[in-house]
Amino acid sequence: MKEVYFKIKRCLQRGRDSYWEEFVIPYRSEMTVVTALREIQKNPVNARGQKTTPVVWECSCLEEVCGACSMIINGRARQACSAFVARLEQPILLEPLSKFPLVRDLKVDRLEMSQNLRRVKSWIPVDGTHDVGPGPHQSVRHQQRVYQLSRCTHCGCCLEACPQVNPHNDFVGAYVISQVRWLNRLPSGALNAEDRVDALMASGGLSECSQAQNCVKVCPKGLPLAESIIEMQKSATLRLFKRSLGIS
Amino acid sequence: MDTKKEGDSPERHFQETIRGGDFLAHQPPVKRMCEAAPGLIHMLDRIGVPFHRTEEGWVDFRRLDGSLYHRAAFAGTTTGQHTHHALAGQIRHHESKGGVTLYEGWEFLSAVLDDQLMCRGVVAMNRASMEIRAFKADAVIFCTGGLGMIYGGSTPAILSTGSAAGVLYQQGVYYANGEFIQIHPSTFTGPDKSFLISEAVVSEGGRYYVLRDKEPWYFLEEWYPPYGNLVPRDIATRAILKVVENFHLGIEGEKEVCLDVSHRDPDSLYSRLGGIVETYRKFAGQDPCRGPMRVRPNVHYSMGGLWVDSCRQMTNIPGLFAAGECDYQYHGANCLGGNALLSSLYGGRVAGESAFCYIKGLEKGTDSVDEGYFTREIKKQTEDNQKILQKQGSVNPHRLHQQLGTLMRENVMTIRHNKVLAETDEKLQEMMEQWENNLTMTDVTHWANDELIFARHLRSMLHLARVITLGAFRRNESRGAHYKPECPDRDDNYWLKMTKAKYTEKGPEFSYEEVDTSLMRPCVRDYTTSGVLV
Repeated sequence: MKEVYFKIKRCLQRGRDSYWEEFVIPYRSEMTVVTALREIQKNPVNARGQKTTPVVWECSCLEEVCGACSMIINGRARQACSAFVARLEQPILLEPLSKFPLVRDLKVDRLEMSQNLRRVKSWIPVDGTHDVGPGPHQSVRHQQRVYQLSRCTHCGCCLEACPQVNPHNDFVGAYVISQVRWLNRLPSGALNAEDRVDALMASGGLSECSQAQNCVKVCPKGLPLAESIIEMQKSATLRLFKRSLGIS
Repeated sequence: MDTKKEGDSPERHFQETIRGGDFLAHQPPVKRMCEAAPGLIHMLDRIGVPFHRTEEGWVDFRRLDGSLYHRAAFAGTTTGQHTHHALAGQIRHHESKGGVTLYEGWEFLSAVLDDQLMCRGVVAMNRASMEIRAFKADAVIFCTGGLGMIYGGSTPAILSTGSAAGVLYQQGVYYANGEFIQIHPSTFTGPDKSFLISEAVVSEGGRYYVLRDKEPWYFLEEWYPPYGNLVPRDIATRAILKVVENFHLGIEGEKEVCLDVSHRDPDSLYSRLGGIVETYRKFAGQDPCRGPMRVRPNVHYSMGGLWVDSCRQMTNIPGLFAAGECDYQYHGANCLGGNALLSSLYGGRVAGESAFCYIKGLEKGTDSVDEGYFTREIKKQTEDNQKILQKQGSVNPHRLHQQLGTLMRENVMTIRHNKVLAETDEKLQEMMEQWENNLTMTDVTHWANDELIFARHLRSMLHLARVITLGAFRRNESRGAHYKPECPDRDDNYWLKMTKAKYTEKGPEFSYEEVDTSLMRPCVRDYTTSGVLV
């Protein structure tokens, strides 16, 4: 392979029309979509040889840890830094995530992701950050399970893939539910587990999930998102049951 | 915390940190940090960092480089990421109570200083709308991280340009110990960057070797018996260079050596080193459970940073504080594994508390300061942007950055020669000249213009690159991460002092500050024996 063909969906500013622009980039072994976008930065010329503006996108760690470079690559939401060009069909189509307000080109505004985490009280309320001794005991096995759940990078791919994340409802999305499961399983987080379950039972929470299970398929970290949703639904049912008996 | 009854203590931690940093850190703040460390681990444990556990259910500890003790608590190999998430949760909590307002997507442009050169806030730009506004404040704390991008594709994130520190340096904050850049012994090169293989691998049994006469030669274990593969990073890096450059034993003639952990049980590797196993599989295409990893030294961390005082984390500009990798305080000439995270937690706490005290003692609050300081700074930054956007020369900022990275990687890395450093500084000045007079902006729009922001970062990087290079040129000794074959020994008679760079129009002006060695007398730094720590 000598060259790589890209078709990139561009938009210079929120509210303006989008258009497709094609680029031909010299191939380098092991190159990723990020390599190609950085090549465009160094030489912003499109496939027709016309000068253009560099493509705008977000990235930071370049090792699939920060979640910033999520975009739609050949129809699928994923991270650009780990999208190896040699494994992609050409022309490689790049589009911005569609479930977030567009900023420019491939860059979107994902602010609502942290707002959603606030809605479900995604934190452990501690008395203070001064030293009051160690946290609670945990078994090795328990820590391992919790650790797996804590690997979410807030990349937003599960929101993009979910049919229930749309302008007609305010579903918080799978990552938020997974985050609650993680916090509720932590011994220090379990003390306030019910507050978070209550928040998930409100509008935009668990009841919005339609079990499409697309989230599991796109999660770059392979988190058991569908399982987490089911587990939190069980917690919610138990909570309703207890409430109806007046013991909560 | 000495949970394994090895005789560890904050005192031991302090001694190892000072020795690891080749005696170039002021000792009292390091001592205080080490004393605060167990409490900070407790805090992280309570706020939800999923630390690995012992069978009894306590936090488990592992050994990292430069230490003989199991002292580092860990969550797989992604302790930093989990710490970040847990702390972000705490910020959300304070946000929900109304105590904190987050402004995401704002780019720092400059500090606002009044006539007395006191910090009264910052001017920042929205990264989407490009709106420039002032944020008034009685005190400002900078936690803006490192500057790995000055060296191009190194292990830090692509946003680690040191830009904020570079701007503050140009506004009069001293930049200290710039020449001390940590080159980590074990990284692998991916398509867009270099990836860190942390010492966690070694603490789980990983061994460095090269093939000599077709037999594996575990050179670190042979040369440094008590520490073996866990010698401090500067020493491991130089040992690797010796093996690949002097003995020509690098893998397939490359400057790479093997780091092998494949003799360990894959299940335990996955549970304790999951992050590294996954990253190496994904980005190097090989499985570390099945064969050795190929690693090479590369830029990882900056020991140098904004100068801060030793009690309050305040810079020489009143009201302007710094903490984390962007300060210079806790590592001296070399940083030990785990101490970078610790110093950012500890420095952050000190900065927060002292900013609060500083504000309480302030005679005249920012509310009563003349509005003109803010409007003038906004105007200045707006004009600066306009000037940059008008640049229509022939050099693309990203290409210029590529040249900068190559130059710094080739000339200001592990082994430094005065002649090369002097030439490098001349080239850096030419690049600055290029930036000023021959830059071209391909994007002149006024909405989410990342190229403009990058051009500004690049200017900062060039200034700091000169501070690093000239600091290295002047320091005629070898200490920690700074090594000159021309003067291979540490010179405590003359060079037991911190470098302080002050910005002037003509370039950095250097002065030096004595190191506070009141708690531990400098001694020979020798890792071939376990040594008797005084």
